[in-house]
Amino acid sequence: MSFLILGNATNVLEARRAFLGKSGLLLSGAAVALLAGRDALAAKGDPSTEADARILNSALGAELEAIAAYQVGAESGLLQKPVLGLAVTFQGHHKEHAEVLAKTIARLGGKPVAAKPQYTFPTEKLKTQADVLRFAATLEKGAVSAYLGAVPIFGSRDLAKAAASILGDEAMHWAVLRNALGEVPVPSAFVS
Amino acid sequence: MALAGLFAASALAFAAGAAAPGDARSGEEIYARCLACHALAYDRTGPRHCGLFGRRAGSVEGFAYSDAMKRSNITWNARTLDRFLANPLAAVPGTSMGYAGVPDPRERADLIAYLGQAGKSPQCRTRAANSPAQGTEERK
Repeated sequence: MSFLILGNATNVLEARRAFLGKSGLLLSGAAVALLAGRDALAAKGDPSTEADARILNSALGAELEAIAAYQVGAESGLLQKPVLGLAVTFQGHHKEHAEVLAKTIARLGGKPVAAKPQYTFPTEKLKTQADVLRFAATLEKGAVSAYLGAVPIFGSRDLAKAAASILGDEAMHWAVLRNALGEVPVPSAFVS
Repeated sequence: MALAGLFAASALAFAAGAAAPGDARSGEEIYARCLACHALAYDRTGPRHCGLFGRRAGSVEGFAYSDAMKRSNITWNARTLDRFLANPLAAVPGTSMGYAGVPDPRERADLIAYLGQAGKSPQCRTRAANSPAQGTEERK
């Protein structure tokens, strides 16, 4: 199973370094939009703002689950370097997303969901590093679709922009995980 | 005349397409979009999909639904799913499913066909026989 990774180890490391450099820019852009977007925060209490807070809370719930999922992967003993480092890095991104989302929901007058005491994961199917990577890739692909489905329904353009910024980060996670699996990193010109 | 014929043919094709059953294999690919929040056999950010058909909306025990979903008075079947999936926020205002929906009727039909097929899968039969979900790990 590890041959899938070793063949791409250099690329993965390079991708990770590039990723770390870019993700800071992406997230800070999202954070600025979320936390300082006057358009988003001015209308506290109106139905559109409440709806936006609900959308963000769904996203927060998924981010918190992703953090727990990456923790399972990191502690599984199945991930080898440099893939383990990737998982920890991606988990860190999800933590940053969750932090920004929670703060924004609170500033919109909502109550951020908390991490569940327990999450259910299909651990019986995770026997190899490739299994863990495929599971993570499935979650990341789903996250891309979820943010894509959220972007057009925000009442606030600032929030839509910020969600699109997170979408970009999740899409990069998905591509890097596919690459680590030896799959075509970007399988199509569009995501859905 | 030719245009009228073309419109008639299009109308027939549309009617045929709308009436045609969905393709579950295609629907499985579309279901990948749902996997950020849903799973077949266990609850995640969204409720599980095993046992969906015939289930009253907002009724999975232990799942924290929005008040809007609990009050929606929907029972899930192909027709109600089609309406909800087309535009969840319009179908159930206040739902916590913050998703624009699946606007393409063909894709919705395929997705609904997959959900129907998946509900009869061994995974869902096992889920029905064993509660809580067997073979999964609950993680703190």
